[in-house]
Amino acid sequence: MTHSENFTKGFFKENAVFVLLLGMCPTLGVTTTAFNGLGMGLATTFVLVMSNIVVALVKDLVPDKVRIPTFVVIIASFVAIVEMGLQAYIPFLYEQLGLFIPLIVVNCIILGRAESFASKNSVLPSMIDGLSMGLGFAMALTMLGTVREILGSGSVFGLSFVPQGATTILIFVMPPGAFIALGYLIAGINALQARARKPKPVAAKAPEPLPAN
Amino acid sequence: MEYLLIVISAVFVNNIVLSQFLGICSFLGVSKKVETAVGMTGAVMFVLVLSTLATYLLMKSVLEPLGLEYLRTISFILVIAALVQMVEIALKKVSPPLYQALGIYLPLITTNCAVLGVAILTIQKDFNLLQGVLFAFSHALGFGLAMISFSGMREHLEYAEIPARMKGVPISLILAGLLSMAFMGFAGIGA
Repeated sequence: MTHSENFTKGFFKENAVFVLLLGMCPTLGVTTTAFNGLGMGLATTFVLVMSNIVVALVKDLVPDKVRIPTFVVIIASFVAIVEMGLQAYIPFLYEQLGLFIPLIVVNCIILGRAESFASKNSVLPSMIDGLSMGLGFAMALTMLGTVREILGSGSVFGLSFVPQGATTILIFVMPPGAFIALGYLIAGINALQARARKPKPVAAKAPEPLPAN
Repeated sequence: MEYLLIVISAVFVNNIVLSQFLGICSFLGVSKKVETAVGMTGAVMFVLVLSTLATYLLMKSVLEPLGLEYLRTISFILVIAALVQMVEIALKKVSPPLYQALGIYLPLITTNCAVLGVAILTIQKDFNLLQGVLFAFSHALGFGLAMISFSGMREHLEYAEIPARMKGVPISLILAGLLSMAFMGFAGIGA
């Protein structure tokens, strides 16, 4: 696998949220706005890249039996760094994401990449892998956050485009809306992939999927 | 009264899965059959209560007196992972039938965010020990309620005619959304 293939896989072919269905809790929990989705995605990307690098560095020193606990400690250390960093420099985002920041530790994507990729590859590919999966995750969260924000509060990244006092579909910023919006997004992406597969692989880049409602 | 409110709020109003989005992986992953949903609920209940107890004691008797609160995330996840392993070993020895029933679900629970989430929430809410344990137990009940009713509906979904693109995950997510909407009816009770 070349570096560029390694880098692009996280966005479409192996997208953590849309294809592998990993890390669902933060995906559904924090995406009430596009900004929160992006913030969570980037925080996760940081942890993923750093933990992949460290795991790739220490993989030969760690006995096989205590592999998983070691990885968990490495991940948890970086999560603690993110937690303190956000609290100090972006307190607004820290408040918004709340419980989901410490819960980055149990995001299955991170341990999954450490176990299935970084523990078998050298530092550079592991770093690219972390970047790819992390940014793919951030992209998915931002997408879902944008859809929910447009439908639920009539704005994008906090910029409102509906007249003041207009009625929006409030359900989309509440918990049920998260499930429903993600359900339609995944259905839309399934449809796009099915279409892309039929007449020979066309362009690798899929167009921005629209919410199917 | 205060204790009753904790239970009602955790089971119905702030349901752990449907309104707090914790434990979604297992909620979507092992809810295809009612039987496995019941098994998973049992395992989660067991581990959730034990780990909340352990992490609460760790926080109050070690981390807080020593001023090491920033080690919370790291130490909690280690305690939970160790606890799950110990429970697995103990169950294998003490009660093989129970191990048979819960065994495959136990390793999955370490990465179930419900467990770490509830442990941290208990600390953040400043509960005493009894309240904390009750809080954990009722969250596990809420998990079971959501999980088992969801799996019951998914079993029926097998016989429904669904558009090809919606099959599998998308329709399950929409079903979960409808279930979550039903639980919104409880909002406001007890606050």
